[in-house]
Amino acid sequence: MAERERTVLPPRGGIFVPRTQVMDAADLRRAVTRIAHEIVERNHGLDGVALIGLQTGGVPLAGRLRDALRTIGDGAEVPLGSLDVAFYRDDIGLRPVLPEAVTDIPFDLTGRTVVLVDDVLYTGRTVRAALNALNDYGRPRAVQLAVMIDRGHRQLPIRPDFVGKNVPTRFDEQVDVTADGVTIGEIGGSQP
Amino acid sequence: MKHLLSVDDLGADGINEVMRLSDSFVEVSERAIPKVPALRGKTVVSLFYEDSTRTRLSFETAAKRLSADTMTFSVSSSSVNKGESLRDTVETIEAMGIDAVVVRHKSSGVPWRIASWVKASVINAGDGWHQHPTQALLDCYTIRSRKGDLGGLRIAIVGDIMHSRVARSDVDAFAALGADVLLVAPPTLLPASLDGWPVKVTHSLDEVIGDLDVIYLLRIQRERMSEALLPSLREYRAMYGLTAERLRALRRDALVMHPGPMNRGVEIDAEAAEDERSVITAQVSNGVAVRMAVLYLLLGSGADLVAPVGEL
Repeated sequence: MAERERTVLPPRGGIFVPRTQVMDAADLRRAVTRIAHEIVERNHGLDGVALIGLQTGGVPLAGRLRDALRTIGDGAEVPLGSLDVAFYRDDIGLRPVLPEAVTDIPFDLTGRTVVLVDDVLYTGRTVRAALNALNDYGRPRAVQLAVMIDRGHRQLPIRPDFVGKNVPTRFDEQVDVTADGVTIGEIGGSQP
Repeated sequence: MKHLLSVDDLGADGINEVMRLSDSFVEVSERAIPKVPALRGKTVVSLFYEDSTRTRLSFETAAKRLSADTMTFSVSSSSVNKGESLRDTVETIEAMGIDAVVVRHKSSGVPWRIASWVKASVINAGDGWHQHPTQALLDCYTIRSRKGDLGGLRIAIVGDIMHSRVARSDVDAFAALGADVLLVAPPTLLPASLDGWPVKVTHSLDEVIGDLDVIYLLRIQRERMSEALLPSLREYRAMYGLTAERLRALRRDALVMHPGPMNRGVEIDAEAAEDERSVITAQVSNGVAVRMAVLYLLLGSGADLVAPVGEL
């Protein structure tokens, strides 16, 4: 969930009221390590693999995945980038859409296997926007998707390649992923 | 926000929001394919009743990089020559289904009139001596990208203050962001009254030049001068031009700015325009990103819409 939406916008914006913790910090660490191993396994190594975190939740996660890949890949350095998909969304004009941060992809995508990283997979619209955005930066050989939480409710034919945890949710719930763990809750009240 | 008519519409928060957004559009402009689909299906019309190269092209480039469609209205080849009034022209264009009008006119206040007639967003691209808000935004952005922050900077605006919409917009914007603004001009080129302007005034450039963070040179607008306000351009250059000598008096970390088009050898010497402290070219390229930010804020972001619940 984008930070600005949470803090700026009524009615969905407001204070996040946590209810259930579904992963703690240790669970997250184990999931990151497992996903890193799966990436190596799927791609028969790390040759040509690059990580791109989606702003904002996917960026710290992509950083942790890069660190994990360095550990298990004998110090191999996987290129890391970040992508803000605001200008590619299909709901521009329907709801407030402002970029969170500047996109930073300091390497050529053409011919690489790009692993998109996000914290929560929900409707799939962010991923669709990200796929369009990637096209403007180059032509990857393949694009894979890694998410920490798959909460269901897809509106597009998109599925993740690597999942930390499947967590069934209701529409009105929010999933909050931080370094300390994953919490489900609701947006309660409104911003003062 | 519906229209951008003056710097005051934005305030300090609005200026900072545009600058923050501009960072993203600078990145877009640096890509191999500098285009995003954000404003697909929107139509932007540039309605220019006055000559312009950089502002019109800058707006059109900005609109195209956002995937908006652009239409250009130039007075010389239009029905204005058959005597069509401003209101009829504007309503005709609006009837074609447009989303934004970028307007420049020699009379102050025209963008406000147009805004009261149409449903589309109106962007002021310069009205008479009055306002030129996107120029002020790109100037702020250019200074910010070199200096980090405008707070406490000493900025001198030098030259024809009276006829300058750039000066009026820049003074508002620089002051809103906390800069100390100094006007440097001969008495004949200052407005009759500076009541309420958040500025200091001096008539001597040499007294202050060693102390400036930014020197902003205005064009001597011969086309707006109906009377003899200057003895000669040579004398103006000697007193107020940024010559090679004055360039040496300028601090090493100062910035040289000019809104263009330059009169080389009058308000700025070629040596100064090409000095490493000159950011005149950066002003032009930042102009595209800043105007993308403005168009996106007005047409795309839906920033003042209320989000529908339960659908992300």
